[in-house]
Amino acid sequence: MVKRLIALALLAVFGAVFATLLLGYTPDSELNLTARYYAERTAAELGAANIVTAIVVTYRGLDTLGEVTVLFLAAAIVGLVLANSRPGQARERAPVGELLTTGTRFLVPMILLLGVYVFVNGHLTPGGGFQGGAIIASAVLLMLLANPLRHFSHNLIAAIESLAGLFYVTLGLAGLFLAGGFLDNRILPLGNLGELISAGAIPVIYSLIGLKVGAEFSSMLASLAETEEL
Amino acid sequence: MSHLLPWLTALLCFTMVVAALVAIRGKSTPIAILAAGLVSLVASVLFLILASPDVAMTEAAIGSGLTTFLFFFVLGRVRRGDHG
Repeated sequence: MVKRLIALALLAVFGAVFATLLLGYTPDSELNLTARYYAERTAAELGAANIVTAIVVTYRGLDTLGEVTVLFLAAAIVGLVLANSRPGQARERAPVGELLTTGTRFLVPMILLLGVYVFVNGHLTPGGGFQGGAIIASAVLLMLLANPLRHFSHNLIAAIESLAGLFYVTLGLAGLFLAGGFLDNRILPLGNLGELISAGAIPVIYSLIGLKVGAEFSSMLASLAETEEL
Repeated sequence: MSHLLPWLTALLCFTMVVAALVAIRGKSTPIAILAAGLVSLVASVLFLILASPDVAMTEAAIGSGLTTFLFFFVLGRVRRGDHG
């Protein structure tokens, strides 16, 4: 009873806080200082049509490197924990069904293509490396759902992941020497705004991030699938 | 269209709350997983209405796609473990 009362009181407090926030909200009539800086300068300075991508990959590129590192650590720890558990022995499994098998064959190539499209066009359209990588990993997960015994080469996944990370940091360091600073995208020509090959190193860096994120998610899923007993 | 938008947003928020309640209170696990995925899907539509397509894509890909699939994957695994 007391517990319930406390919970209700807590809910009421939260409700009051959010209600005051909502009632006191007035939309800004113009962009604030930071937003105006990015909105006015991105196209001219970096040549990227998608301002969010320009911020994520270049202006705040170091934060993105940190995010990718966090994801890498998570994938590495999942692999480490699951490597110590017993590998699954082959036992008979329930058939997964015609619909899932056929649907997987039809959908997986399209999902992979969409993932690649999303990260290659990160500087032009919404989305980018993280979204594209997650889409690629969902294709891998669909393959695992359709055939749980399917084996993915961990060496290949690890090679893609490490090479992408290595090239990412190398491009960042190249920016330090050839352009304005770490992860500066102007080491390559900026090109025309809105074209696929434009915005300097942004498409290259975002593609590398996409491959890295996709490989990390896929390695986590493959480790989960291969472990039978925890 | 613009005068309909607040109502559409309110409807989506209501759907989100109902789906969240179904996910928590529902008896059937698969339906709870689908309801949790629906919460993410509606959230991504709301992000789109709030003019942030990048966040909407992340929410749709990870929250609604990958997590839902992963829950089903683990559910299948747990059920197999029960039998043998």
